[in-house]
Amino acid sequence: MYPQTLYRKLVASHTVVELDEQNVLLFCDLHLMNEYTSPQAFAGLHEQEREVAMPGQNVATVSHIIPTHPIAQRIIQDPASALQASNLKRNCERHDIPLFDTNDVLQGIEHIIAPEHGMIRPGMVVICGDSHTTTYGALGALGFGIGTSEVEHVLATQTLVYRLAEDMRIRVDGRLPPGVTSKDLILMIISRIGAQGARGYVVEFCGSAIDDLSIEARFTLCNMAVEAGARGALIAPDQKAVDYVFARVADMDTEQRRQALSYWATLRSDEGAEFEVEHRFDAADVAPYVTWGTSPDQAIPVTGKVPAATGPQRSSIEKALNYTGLAADMPLEGLAVQHVFIGSCTNARIEDLREVAAVAKGRRVAPGVRAMVVPGSGAVRTQAESEGIAQVLIDAGFEWRKPGCSMCLAMNDDVLASGQRCASSTNRNFEGRQGRGAITHLMSPAMAAAAAVTGHITDVRKLGGPND
Amino acid sequence: MTESHRIGGIAAPLNIANLDTDQIMPKQFLRGIDKKGLDKGLLWDLRFDREGHIRHDFVLNRPEFANTRVLIAGPNFGCGSSREHAVWGLQQFGIQAVIASSFGEIFYSNAMNNALLAVILPQDDVSRLLDEAHRNSTPLNIEIDVISMEVRSPGMTRPFTLAKRHRRMFLEGLDMIGASLAHKANIAAFAQHHWSRQPWVRDIARLTKHRIDNH
Repeated sequence: MYPQTLYRKLVASHTVVELDEQNVLLFCDLHLMNEYTSPQAFAGLHEQEREVAMPGQNVATVSHIIPTHPIAQRIIQDPASALQASNLKRNCERHDIPLFDTNDVLQGIEHIIAPEHGMIRPGMVVICGDSHTTTYGALGALGFGIGTSEVEHVLATQTLVYRLAEDMRIRVDGRLPPGVTSKDLILMIISRIGAQGARGYVVEFCGSAIDDLSIEARFTLCNMAVEAGARGALIAPDQKAVDYVFARVADMDTEQRRQALSYWATLRSDEGAEFEVEHRFDAADVAPYVTWGTSPDQAIPVTGKVPAATGPQRSSIEKALNYTGLAADMPLEGLAVQHVFIGSCTNARIEDLREVAAVAKGRRVAPGVRAMVVPGSGAVRTQAESEGIAQVLIDAGFEWRKPGCSMCLAMNDDVLASGQRCASSTNRNFEGRQGRGAITHLMSPAMAAAAAVTGHITDVRKLGGPND
Repeated sequence: MTESHRIGGIAAPLNIANLDTDQIMPKQFLRGIDKKGLDKGLLWDLRFDREGHIRHDFVLNRPEFANTRVLIAGPNFGCGSSREHAVWGLQQFGIQAVIASSFGEIFYSNAMNNALLAVILPQDDVSRLLDEAHRNSTPLNIEIDVISMEVRSPGMTRPFTLAKRHRRMFLEGLDMIGASLAHKANIAAFAQHHWSRQPWVRDIARLTKHRIDNH
């Protein structure tokens, strides 16, 4: 056998038939659905009088349109959005698909709830009508986003016609400096390789800096690989991944765990396996990164200055600066924000909220700033409350809200007004993403918290620890 | 002038790099449970100002571009969100093909699954087409032939490639789900074998939800 990459192994272990030299029929272990990219898929299925092939391999959640006001019983006021939620419920009931419904205490963003309940295990293929499905590579599962036609295909067959990607390896050695997170690392990588730097590739992350990351930090890294155009992201599962999964899978008995361990140990790229492209980075080079433009690759260290519109990217830079209201050579540090948003499938897990609380403790949200914290799931929210994090945030003047995608894409009622500048722990700074004319600066949760308490973009490393 | 294998008509230049699907189809138009009415939302912020007034200077709003069939776009067109609404909206607006040097991966699959032709040309050729479109006072007409695999403008003819499968999907309107269902027995046999080796993934969603609901 010639040496294989982890990606090729995962594809091979899920190939039902090779359709032609570029495409395989790929078996999908888990299919996640939400209320807005699945309705037309169910409608198509019903029109063709087709059944759901394997309902127990599918799960749905109400995530994108759900309001996040901190009230006990959530009511979706917008009639069209309410219909999406009730329609999802009807579809799930009809096909016996498990659902995290609007007022389920464990409801949350798909990419938060699936791993937190042990539904993501090494070696799986996981798909969802959402681009951030790359998240699951953190556990050695091949995850990727699909469109609604493909959602219908998976419902009907539990497979996908899958076009093979190429292999890229990104090695990061060294240590991330204090105050620097995996969010900063991925923003730096995207800024270096570009918004289509990994287009067409499945990226395997490796190196000592990746080994050092917690599983939640790895979720953040793999989640945003799609912002470099990647078709998937992978990290070979190690002991941390095994421990994370085993802590969440009460259904697996001792024999299954033994069997799983011996299989998962094979889930790594073989010595000598070939990658079409390799990149190397030094973790020591990473600083807190902040975006200045309207594409996730338009990011610089917080200590840096906005670039001038020159070179081949001239028109893109000009267009971005025109939208974000910035000019060449301006420092980002000190730039006033009116809004802070901490949430999303990228950064709304318990470790993220602990970092936010560490900054918020003993401080106050600056006058004139509205700061929202939207936990990624009901379970994250409950844990943050039991750890005292929620109280720290409330005491500091943050809004402590209910889970959902919320202002990451502003599909619910959490929408920014035009001209508002937002420090955001999310994944996309596209024009209009958080509201028409609103300006998004992507950064880590701790950096967003630092902006909240100072009222402007701030290097969290200069703020010091909790202000006890 | 469109036959099944030929797309032809007015081509509008839209030279914006990384034009993401959030911009192609903004959030407020994603609230349906069907595919209707998405032509209204297409490129909303570019077509209309904040008060909802039409932006007369935007290419697709100019009267001579009223029957645009082809977009000549910037690199990485359709990056970002997986929303297929972007493709449906383009088609409902009358767009039958988009020419760019690269496309967002999920957008590309979505386009092919709906027979919206995504044509990849080298950036130099795309730039030449853009120049040609900007140089003329009347809109550029482009013809794309999926049999001869050529893009033709008055000024140039360029070959392009398409995966065999995508070409067939475009020409024959392949029912992909139907084709995959022909492998139903293979899929069932594969699943049994897969689950005998990895029993912990069988019924994983149902068992997990059941377990946590009863906890």
